[in-house]
Amino acid sequence: MASNQPLIKVSGLRKHFPLNQGLLRRTTSFVHAVDGIDFEIERGQSLALVGESGSGKTTTGKMLVRLLDPTDGHIQLNLNDNSVDVATLRGSSLKKFRRNVQMIFQDPYESLNPRRTIFDTVAEPLQVQGIGNVLEREERVAEILALVGLSPPTSYMFRFPHELSGGQRQRIAIARALVIEPDFVVADEPTSMLDVSIRTGIMKLMQDLADRLGVTYLYITHDLAVARYMASHIAVMYKGKIVEMGEMERVLHNPEHAYTKELLAAVPIPDPRHKREHARFKNRA
Amino acid sequence: MHYSTRAGPVYAIDNVSFELAEGESMGLVGESGCGKTSIASSLLKLLPDNAEIKAGHIYFNGIDLVPLSEVEIRQYRWRNISMVFQAAMNSLNPVYKVGDQIYEAMETHLGVHSYQQARERITQLFEMVGLDPKMMDRYPHEYSGGMRQRAVIAMALSCNPDLVIADEPTTALDVIVQDALIQELKILQEQIGMTMIYISHDIAVIAEVSDKIGIMYAGQLVEMGSSEAIFHEPVHHYTAALMAAFPSVTGPKRELSALGGEPPNLLNPPTGCRFHPRCPAATDICRTQVPPFTEHGDGHYAACWHPVARFDNGE
Repeated sequence: MASNQPLIKVSGLRKHFPLNQGLLRRTTSFVHAVDGIDFEIERGQSLALVGESGSGKTTTGKMLVRLLDPTDGHIQLNLNDNSVDVATLRGSSLKKFRRNVQMIFQDPYESLNPRRTIFDTVAEPLQVQGIGNVLEREERVAEILALVGLSPPTSYMFRFPHELSGGQRQRIAIARALVIEPDFVVADEPTSMLDVSIRTGIMKLMQDLADRLGVTYLYITHDLAVARYMASHIAVMYKGKIVEMGEMERVLHNPEHAYTKELLAAVPIPDPRHKREHARFKNRA
Repeated sequence: MHYSTRAGPVYAIDNVSFELAEGESMGLVGESGCGKTSIASSLLKLLPDNAEIKAGHIYFNGIDLVPLSEVEIRQYRWRNISMVFQAAMNSLNPVYKVGDQIYEAMETHLGVHSYQQARERITQLFEMVGLDPKMMDRYPHEYSGGMRQRAVIAMALSCNPDLVIADEPTTALDVIVQDALIQELKILQEQIGMTMIYISHDIAVIAEVSDKIGIMYAGQLVEMGSSEAIFHEPVHHYTAALMAAFPSVTGPKRELSALGGEPPNLLNPPTGCRFHPRCPAATDICRTQVPPFTEHGDGHYAACWHPVARFDNGE
């Protein structure tokens, strides 16, 4: 058992996208979307990846689940019995890997196939991985639907995504990611499209399921306040690099990097009393 | 105001009343589909064909805008009331230079016909919103998201409107850009005494820019008061729940409380208080009778049968 190894160890990860320009669409240069990052995630200690749009958060997340192939670098995934380099997996070992790693996408209106029932959508990972027979799958789907708060499950299973609200759809997306009980889930801004009153419910659900099913998240978000509630550690990305990383409360209260400080200062505070202090500070400066 | 749909009339705004004095800024908060944007479009009568203002009045400097014809209302748009839309990308024409678009607005609504004079004014406006005046000869695609939003604000201010309605102007922007824009708006409010209605789903942003706040739920205004009162002494349970659901980066990490259920379908809103199916304090009266919008302190109104006990911060 690789118990003292981190669940995920990323080293020197890079992704460069070619820019094809001119008449012949020749590759003239590369966009360095992710430019050499290193981090580790311990089992049970979710990491929040924050940064502004274009900083490379989503690209990093997609490489971790191998929806994108890294240009360079290693992603070491340590499970109980073995350890693999995700960056170089192919064929059947890549398929086997997907049993342990899943992704939840930002937009529940686009991530669910509108022509498939909820049952088909949630059961698909089981089917692909060849887990159980039809009856067992149905039972498993019902179980996970109840877990994500869609009960009674039978009233949701044979409906289509358009019959559900945004919050319910995101619950379906979570159910689909967790139905095969992965060890590691990349959640890419799963709550940013949802209303405040719904968002908190989804955040709590994800935390609850992490505890119950032993899932570790890489939680991608641009919202520092959300990050604070969803993870114990934080990594701040800026232009393809991680500029600061550490234990959540330490980074939020004592940011060291200038960019982290700027990011924290820019977060609006939901308190009108705070406004005046902020304004006063600005005037003095 | 209601929208006719194939499934029947949707009462997007139901009996909403508020007033705004000159130089004041008001924030309207609520979730998607609660009628925030519908209010904004009603004020300018920029409504789609299937929408109709059923009853009520919109008094602007003492004149009721509701019965005015399209031609009559046009002279108020931009010159008296202007609007900043959420998607800055879509409110600029991609094939015209930004400066020319602002000139067009000034020509149509103010009757400015001197190009030179317009350029001077645009230079002044660009400096005001923190843009390089040289950018006026550029096309929208050469602007970044934050710059586009600034250009749209400059355009909204071009005809010296008495009232600016900003509908989620910073929602699509990154936090740092959003913060810069909010500071800019605050300075504009102070300098030119701009009257503003700021619409957002983000109570933190609203807290930064507004003197008073209106909370909307399912097409109704459920609470209205000064920013201080709304944040520190919420009366309506929905307001209290919104505050409790909002994560914060500063201060102690308190437990977030989630609000059960989903916002109602306005085709068939709940009876009585529309919030009752999700409200922790709901009783029989809430299910059957619509609560009146009553005063709970100086200028602080709310529609609730069982107000949140005062001074407990709604926790």
